[in-house]
Amino acid sequence: MRAALTLAALGAVLCGALGASAQEPDPTPRPPISGYDYMARATQELQDDDFVNPGFFAIDRGRRLWSEPAGASGAACADCHGAEGEGLVGAAARLPAVDPQTGALMNLEGHINDCRESRMNADPYAYESEDLLALTAYVSHLSRGVPVAVAVDGPAAPFFEQGRALFFERRGQLDLSCTQCHDARAGQMLRGDRISQGHVNGFPIYRLKWFAMGSRHRMFEWCNTSLRAEPFAPGSPEYLALELYVAWRGNGLPIETPAVRR
Amino acid sequence: MRMDGMRASPQTSGAEGRRRLALGLALALCAGGAAAQEMPEPLTAEPGNPERGRLVVRDLGAASCLICHAMPIPEEPDHGDIGPPLHGVGARFTPAELRQRLVDPKAIDPDTVMPSYYQLEGLRDVLGRYVGRTIYTAQQIEDVVAYLATLTEDP
Repeated sequence: MRAALTLAALGAVLCGALGASAQEPDPTPRPPISGYDYMARATQELQDDDFVNPGFFAIDRGRRLWSEPAGASGAACADCHGAEGEGLVGAAARLPAVDPQTGALMNLEGHINDCRESRMNADPYAYESEDLLALTAYVSHLSRGVPVAVAVDGPAAPFFEQGRALFFERRGQLDLSCTQCHDARAGQMLRGDRISQGHVNGFPIYRLKWFAMGSRHRMFEWCNTSLRAEPFAPGSPEYLALELYVAWRGNGLPIETPAVRR
Repeated sequence: MRMDGMRASPQTSGAEGRRRLALGLALALCAGGAAAQEMPEPLTAEPGNPERGRLVVRDLGAASCLICHAMPIPEEPDHGDIGPPLHGVGARFTPAELRQRLVDPKAIDPDTVMPSYYQLEGLRDVLGRYVGRTIYTAQQIEDVVAYLATLTEDP
């Protein structure tokens, strides 16, 4: 009798432990649907036509910067990466990624600034500056049509977990998390805006609300502030980790840069 | 039945608020889940004013109900559909039930996306200018309760 009770107790403990350790089901909508599909037709048409898409003003500027010598080195991006950027086709689709030398998680903005500082002897661009947006737009556009494929295993795993935790954390006076809108309620109307799945395959985007280009981190900042939560700084470790998690959610979506969003 | 333990007042600390909420939930479970469905006591001495309440819910800078709910306010375009339409809500709920759902709907459903409009507990990383402030003031809660109570017609 006692043995049976012990066994039952042990069984209960085991069940409890198994239940607690079982992974929560991943609520990410599959297959991923680009933010493009949640836009009004007029906004999609703005993106579809390269001659009217306002994002191409940034790309033209980026193309100019690409071949301009910068810093004490007198070198231009084009000198190493090809006159038409052919050396970097597909690169934007794999970022952010862990840098094998430093172990740091780096996005495209980080790579451009690292190149300027360590190879070109030039000052880094300020995050969200017109020049950094222009160059990230140009380099991302080289990968237009390439499926997003960020790695989240190996050295990226801790950053991925940090980003996932942020995505599920309720924040701000409105006490909301990313997942509550972008996983569970994509497609529903938040006033006049249809909630998207929150993918980032079109960044930097031209956002009509801003009359300007914006990076992924500016969008995170905007979203956090809308929840009346303290945003993290653009380029911060928190937003880099979040960028990795959010990019992974959209693995397989083609790069659309420059996307146009409401 | 009123369960004071269900609701941490805006003055208590975060940890204490969570403990009280946990205790309240435990009590609610014991009581068959009947607790905290309503909040009969008005938050202010001044009775709610439905005309003012209608202006409060339309104010798009103030976490407007219209962001998530359709309402019989035809002069405003683009009502959200995250929450249920509020037509007829005054017939489905008493003012005491409406007040609870505005002040702290998480006392009824901890997973709801509906923000608590008069609650400071359990929040994290609140943007500087909103720290220590509830979404609505006590009087705005009363005004909105009074307005919602007038919505007795289904669409």
